[in-house]
Amino acid sequence: MNNDREAILKRVGEAVGGLADRTPYPSFRNDLGVSTARSLDGDLWEIFCERFVAVNGMPVETPDAMVEYLKTFGYTHGYCDPALRESLAPFFDSGFTLEESFDRQDIDRYQFGITRAHAAIAETGSVVVTDRLTSSRLAALAPWVHIACITRDEIIRDTVAAVADLGDDPNVVWITGPSKTADVEGILIEGVHGPGIQICLLL
Amino acid sequence: MKSQPIDTYASELAEDVRRAVADGSASGYDRRAASLFSDFEDPDFLRRTAGDVKQHTLENLDTYLAQTEDRLKENGVEVHWAGDAEAACRAVLKIMRDNGATKVVKSKSMATEEIHLNDFLEREGIESLETDLGEFIVQIDHDHPSHIVKPIIHKNRQGIARSYEREGLGAYDDRPEVITARARKFLRKKYLEASVGLTGANFIVAESGRLVLVTNEGNSRFCLAGTDIHIAVVGIEKVIPRDRDLSLFLSLLGRSATGQQLTVYTEFISGPRAEGQPDGPRQMHVILLDNRRTEVLASNCRDILRCIRCGACLNVCPIYRQASGHAYRSVYPGPVGAVLSPLLAGEKFSELADLPKASSLCGACKEVCPVNIPIPDLLLRLRDKAKHEGIKSPGTPPMGGWAYLASQPTVWRASLSAGRLMNLMPLNLIPVPALRAWTKSRQLPEWRGGAFRKWMKTRKIGGKDS
Repeated sequence: MNNDREAILKRVGEAVGGLADRTPYPSFRNDLGVSTARSLDGDLWEIFCERFVAVNGMPVETPDAMVEYLKTFGYTHGYCDPALRESLAPFFDSGFTLEESFDRQDIDRYQFGITRAHAAIAETGSVVVTDRLTSSRLAALAPWVHIACITRDEIIRDTVAAVADLGDDPNVVWITGPSKTADVEGILIEGVHGPGIQICLLL
Repeated sequence: MKSQPIDTYASELAEDVRRAVADGSASGYDRRAASLFSDFEDPDFLRRTAGDVKQHTLENLDTYLAQTEDRLKENGVEVHWAGDAEAACRAVLKIMRDNGATKVVKSKSMATEEIHLNDFLEREGIESLETDLGEFIVQIDHDHPSHIVKPIIHKNRQGIARSYEREGLGAYDDRPEVITARARKFLRKKYLEASVGLTGANFIVAESGRLVLVTNEGNSRFCLAGTDIHIAVVGIEKVIPRDRDLSLFLSLLGRSATGQQLTVYTEFISGPRAEGQPDGPRQMHVILLDNRRTEVLASNCRDILRCIRCGACLNVCPIYRQASGHAYRSVYPGPVGAVLSPLLAGEKFSELADLPKASSLCGACKEVCPVNIPIPDLLLRLRDKAKHEGIKSPGTPPMGGWAYLASQPTVWRASLSAGRLMNLMPLNLIPVPALRAWTKSRQLPEWRGGAFRKWMKTRKIGGKDS
């Protein structure tokens, strides 16, 4: 393997070593990839909501509204991050079962998963999930409904700021709507491997 | 006279496949174009800039690769180097054997298609399962993907439902939501049984060692939530210099591939799972793959290594739309494949030397390319390479006569006028096999030879009165 390393680096060096004029790194604004068509000025939660809905996400402003939604559709058994339990448990009535650990032997037992998100991106309608804040990768992925919780001051304006905010967490995921595919005849189906319903709850 | 191989393939294509590929590649074009043109005042500047960033990286790849390796190691990632397909497959196997692992779940990766990793692992007694819905269906059918982004563009729901029935995934039901739900049910067990999650990478950032993966289905996320070991097989051309480049590249990739502002799951992975996180790999390995990329880098076609695998050039290509991806007889189909595949074939270049000729050079591929690769120019360079190496491809009309005429000004002028006779001749009846093969599926426009010269002569300099 080490031989391969030396050989590859040697071949790369030979391939580019003789180039007379190497293309310089171009100069461009950090936000070149951010659309200029729609304004990002104003209340970032409002902008996030609009974009999140556009990718079939579901923003929810109060725990009451979230519980109401879960009840209406019969999602009564789920996982809740232990760190959120104290603040959210009072909103659930006795018809619900909330678990604080996620049993990987029986992942289909959980109809929903409530986890803490790190941030949300207004520009793209994405929630940002990090390894350090998410209590369980599986709980934020396997249940049909995922509820990612953020506070108002955690909303980031655009992908440039979100990239700058990646930090040293080993695993950051931007989730832009429910899991989806169009592999079969180009027809859009949601809920392929991950959630079919992606909620963002404002704490 | 034989037709070009790609013409032969296209003419033998079943009608439903042809229609599926033509419709599937054309659909979504408006959405993709709108996501660029309505969102940006000068989308062309975006793609030229992104192209320059990648070209810069390639031309300084020695520096950037070394930097990438250093950062990966600092992040706690084990780095492996693989000179060719065999070495890459062996590296995967060794990591598995060292850890007593027998099952792999895979997210979609063109690099692992290229090295035929699944076949290799199967021969070694390892279960290697594709989890992207399209790739999963390709795998149970022992088929090959025919599009970079839409691997089963050539299949319809009836065929898929029959495959599911055959594989015991449920009684015949061809509703797409049922096909999807059955894969969901089957695969989520597999994610948790496997100990290795295998991925490719869309980008790897030199300054941070961040590996970036995008999927819509969330399958790569699941591969990295249920397993203990993460192995990424990454072509050495996937490097980009800085984190700041990501906003631009992700924006272009989502829009060019599927017309999305961002793909649903965009993962930034820089090491094994965080302390306190109960799920996900405790080990992370990156296998940096050459497999003749350095030969491409040394050639006059190195621009093709900018490719970010969005599939946009396939979707717009009139040849791809008619012939489908399998006609390219290689892992990378379409315009990008017509350049990349013959180059990656190495000493078997001659077997694929016809691919660069299977193009009308219309330039649509270059216009949509998010990294501005001059694909038509590269096709011409490969035609030139074949010519210089004396490789003859079947079905290419002989051009010797034309070359003679074009190099003799008087003869050329005379033949331009004489050419008008062609308008009166039934060309398809002329008993020249090469001509007949060519005109069988093509029509010549009306001959107007000499008209341009006449116009040039009467045109006044300055052009005011012309």
